[in-house]
Amino acid sequence: MSDNILSLSCKQLCDKILAKEITSVEAVEAVFNNIEKFEPKVGAYVSFDKDRALGEAAKIDKRIANGENPGPLAGVPVAVKDNMTTDFGTTSCASKILAEFKAPYTSTAVSKLIDAGAVIIGKLNMDEFAMGSSTENSGVKQTYNPWNLDCVPGGSSGGSAAAVAAQMCFASLGSDTGGSIRQPASFCGVVGLKPTYGRVSRWGLVAYGSSLDQIGPLSKDVTDAALMLNVIAGDDKRDSTCVDESIAPVNDYLCDLDTPIDGLKIAIVPEFIESASDEVAAAINNSIEVYKKQGAEIVEISMPHFEYAIATYYIVATAEASSNLARFDGVRYGHRSDDIKSYIDVYSKSREEGFGQEVKRRIMLGTYALSSGYYDAYYLKALKVRNLIRKDFTQAFEKADCIIMPVSPTTAFKVGEKTQDPLQMYMADIYTIAANLSGVPAVSIPCGFDGENMPIGLQILGPSFQEDKLLRVARMYEANSGIEYKKPAILD
Amino acid sequence: MKKKLDHDEVREVALLARLELCDKEVEEFATQLSSILGYIEKLDELDTDDVEPLAHSLPINNVFREDIPHECLSRDKALGNAPDADDEFFMVPKILDDNSNG
Repeated sequence: MSDNILSLSCKQLCDKILAKEITSVEAVEAVFNNIEKFEPKVGAYVSFDKDRALGEAAKIDKRIANGENPGPLAGVPVAVKDNMTTDFGTTSCASKILAEFKAPYTSTAVSKLIDAGAVIIGKLNMDEFAMGSSTENSGVKQTYNPWNLDCVPGGSSGGSAAAVAAQMCFASLGSDTGGSIRQPASFCGVVGLKPTYGRVSRWGLVAYGSSLDQIGPLSKDVTDAALMLNVIAGDDKRDSTCVDESIAPVNDYLCDLDTPIDGLKIAIVPEFIESASDEVAAAINNSIEVYKKQGAEIVEISMPHFEYAIATYYIVATAEASSNLARFDGVRYGHRSDDIKSYIDVYSKSREEGFGQEVKRRIMLGTYALSSGYYDAYYLKALKVRNLIRKDFTQAFEKADCIIMPVSPTTAFKVGEKTQDPLQMYMADIYTIAANLSGVPAVSIPCGFDGENMPIGLQILGPSFQEDKLLRVARMYEANSGIEYKKPAILD
Repeated sequence: MKKKLDHDEVREVALLARLELCDKEVEEFATQLSSILGYIEKLDELDTDDVEPLAHSLPINNVFREDIPHECLSRDKALGNAPDADDEFFMVPKILDDNSNG
């Protein structure tokens, strides 16, 4: 019974809970059975609270017994990345500096999940402050890829992807600043959606790069991604960068999801596909064939400024991070050093002890780029190139409805393989970063496996605020790819 | 402009960033940041003289609301995570020494 429950999607589970075929308490119990079995190996969670989750599930079951409909995620166990505040448990950002932090309020995105009937299981591991591509920068623990425990799950939302893949929750929330939802989704064989910048409230998301950060779902399939987006999308007066719905209406992302798009035009940049590993390139080319069979027209384009995205990102994101992380000063919350001799030690020593190496490296880089004498050469230059990268997208979407490309040049790499050379780690973000610089939505969906049985992801990018179309394109692949559904060997 | 950061520059940036780095970190960051900045110089290949800087992918406007008092975070909650606090205030070490005449 428990196995059957766990293989359901959010949508299927919710339908069964509302039909009183399964209770939310049973679903939560099933999830915690899997957590007991696999969490010691996978390490996806920073914290969880079984008693609290069972209590919330029982309340949902009671409401359903009373004839209420708690919402589109009624009774569904989900988990969230540990950089979204919750007024229960801790919100650590996988950092020692926030190890004991108990947020006094719940982030908007998580509140919306709860209001839709979801049961929050716990908080998921990540690279510290979302800075990384492998979850190896977590200050708490390493997360391992459920498909091969020697490999990384990707990052920074590595826990969010691994937990969905190992069926230790039905769906999760991650955040994406340079690929941090899409790349781990790709490495762990799940669906990961980065919505348009401004589509989902960032209120209560601990800021990394404020002009780039966006919350989105990781799920088993495209339908669940649409369902989750339905719940979390929308304006929020507490986030001034959230877009007014009168300008960009929130659609029902589920209603036309299964309707293929007639006359679909897909753009590809041939050299982006060629520059990926052979197996990734082959999988992307196979997916192009799947679209062609459904009548899609493939348009070859060039995006001449794309190759500058990594250099641009590591100035813009670190500059914003150096400013955002100035708030961790050892005064109002977070770690304070015991070794204080002068007032400046309160800042310098607390930060030295509390932050990990990658966070320090990025704060240093951002501080340098913004410092007197270097601002024009680095920060201003990067903002100008950012505009050129956005123009590449504007021009692409004049020729096609969407662009497809790999998510990552390779499948999941081994733990420890890239930790010695930060620049090599940054290079792995080549395909994902430009969407954040431009604000456009992008989704990663599973599109096959390499020779080692590791998942490969297909990335689809669309015009701003057209997630409805983007998800329909993703669904067209999912419904017609003929790829056999596999689950990680660890689950057998 | 092949930019190489020397140890003094790394220490200066660390001071600006309020990070107390040990000697080993200064050495590591000098190497790593030089290598990253070397890569970032790739941007100089592009002529951007006539390009507007783009700080944000969307137009950003002020969002106003009526100036009506509403419930805010309670003092207890606001002080709840402080490393050191009394019933009313965040506590920090003395900034001025006792002989200071202000």
